[in-house]
Amino acid sequence: MSIWMIIIVVAYLCAIGYLGFRGFKSTKNATDYLLGGREAHPYVMAMSYGATFISTSAIIGFGGASAIFGMSLLWLPFLNIFLGIFIAFWLFGSRTRRMGLRLDAHTFPELLGRRFQSRFIQGAAGLIIFLFVPMYASAVLTGAAKYLAYQFGMEYNTALFVFSVIIALYVVMGGIKGVMYTDALQATIMLIGLSFLLVMTYQKLGGVTTAHQALTDMAELVPAKLQAAGHQGWTRMPKFGTPLWWTAVSTIIMGVGIGVLAQPQLAVRYMTVKSGKELNRAIPIGGVFILLTAGVAYIVGSLSNVFFQQTVGKISIAVAGGDVEQIIPMYLQAATPSWFSVLFMLTLMSAAMSTLSSQFHVMGTSIGRDLVEESIGKGKRVGGTLATRIGVMAGILASVYLSFVIEEKFGKTGTSIVARGTAIFFGLCACAFLPMYVAGLWNRRVTKAGAISGLLGGACSSLLWMIFVQEKASTALLLCNRFFGTRSLAIQLVDGKEIFVHSGPIIWAFVDPILIGLPISILATVLVSKFTEKLPEEHLDLCMGKSQPRTQQH
Amino acid sequence: MLGIEDPWVGLAYLLCIISALLCLVWGVFKWNTDDPQQE
Repeated sequence: MSIWMIIIVVAYLCAIGYLGFRGFKSTKNATDYLLGGREAHPYVMAMSYGATFISTSAIIGFGGASAIFGMSLLWLPFLNIFLGIFIAFWLFGSRTRRMGLRLDAHTFPELLGRRFQSRFIQGAAGLIIFLFVPMYASAVLTGAAKYLAYQFGMEYNTALFVFSVIIALYVVMGGIKGVMYTDALQATIMLIGLSFLLVMTYQKLGGVTTAHQALTDMAELVPAKLQAAGHQGWTRMPKFGTPLWWTAVSTIIMGVGIGVLAQPQLAVRYMTVKSGKELNRAIPIGGVFILLTAGVAYIVGSLSNVFFQQTVGKISIAVAGGDVEQIIPMYLQAATPSWFSVLFMLTLMSAAMSTLSSQFHVMGTSIGRDLVEESIGKGKRVGGTLATRIGVMAGILASVYLSFVIEEKFGKTGTSIVARGTAIFFGLCACAFLPMYVAGLWNRRVTKAGAISGLLGGACSSLLWMIFVQEKASTALLLCNRFFGTRSLAIQLVDGKEIFVHSGPIIWAFVDPILIGLPISILATVLVSKFTEKLPEEHLDLCMGKSQPRTQQH
Repeated sequence: MLGIEDPWVGLAYLLCIISALLCLVWGVFKWNTDDPQQE
């Protein structure tokens, strides 16, 4: 490691420390700690939202996946920009901000709970977040610790400890202000690093059209196994109804593309700005950020095939020895100048830290505020933000323990469980929260019982589908094998050969839980609401902005 | 289109750029627009 790398990393950590300290100094009460005093700058809010959303797994994991699937995955960044930024900020953001203000809600579960007058909803949502975010956080933490251990020649456990302590310091002390200030810096670094990478890649491969054409011309190099699964080339969609098509469209594109709308750590960002004007100003910043981060990772991942084919005569996955996560790091090592590796190291550190800090913060608020203070304690406050700070510490310890145990005790099996963490959390949030969240913002007819039914129906059905049917998740989670002796209930053994159960073009083992859990959740919400008591009119008037808001009580 | 064989993939590529431009245009025109419904 060069002296320059050490100087740059130390300068970066000093900047993070300074911003964390600024967050700490300006945090005076619970509203500051949980919502940044509801006065975040639009640049800080938009960049924090984007940086929380785009983690190392989006760059390394999904970038590597696009080297296999090709440019068909570009439907995901389109959905991320159009749904995850434009629709989210414009439609969801302004209503969430106003309703949060009226109901004096400080967290996403608190908003849902107060909207439906149910401490159970707030507690259950908080519990779901606290139980499943550590899995998602471990996915990011394990990847980051491995990368740091490799870069700095450290032990994995040492890297895990150092990285966690640095993030813990500014999250516990600085609250959401510390998180958002550092996020904004980290997002700026990510934006610069990935923009450079896009320009360098297109330049190296002879320009936009030439690079794409070279990738198109490689279609006959697709490995036979991928062709059998539906791969038709890196600039074509997979064949309709094949396992590859279902994985690309239902899990990667729809699962993540729709799942983003109900992510608690993202939805809370809408409540951190002081007016709708800030949300409008955040839209262009967020849109460009996602295009130049997620969009670039997918384009570069796909085009890495052209680079490796031209230089070593192999496609990316062959160069990486079958390890998808190695494709982007190997491409960077081979295709970019040495000075860029330092910039990209900071980019990846920033991507991991910004996502983790928000995950730790949302874990703390869900256990401290939503579950302990509001749901169990019936609104009794425990020393200002003390319960939340203890919750943040508990969340960090749970994530670190999970990352440590998984690497230590389960080796590769553990890694595959953790790798599913991101997809599992996105799917679960969409199925459990999205129908209730949409109904809460726009519909007066959905009842408390309807909302609870949707929450439980969506969460249970998506979890059961992951554990017993969806091949990727059920294989990793091992429970299906333990109970039924098969890695998925949608796989039959015929003469010792695995056959995927299908109905027409639907191959059940590859259908994402979001396509099962979300319709069930919507149906449960609507049907139960038809036969149960409506919420009081005056409460609905308050929620929808037709009467005076409740007094501040934090 | 742009060297991309499948029109559906080409459309995704263009929609990424168009949606980011939509965000930019929205920001320019709505820079000082607050919520219609008004702390």
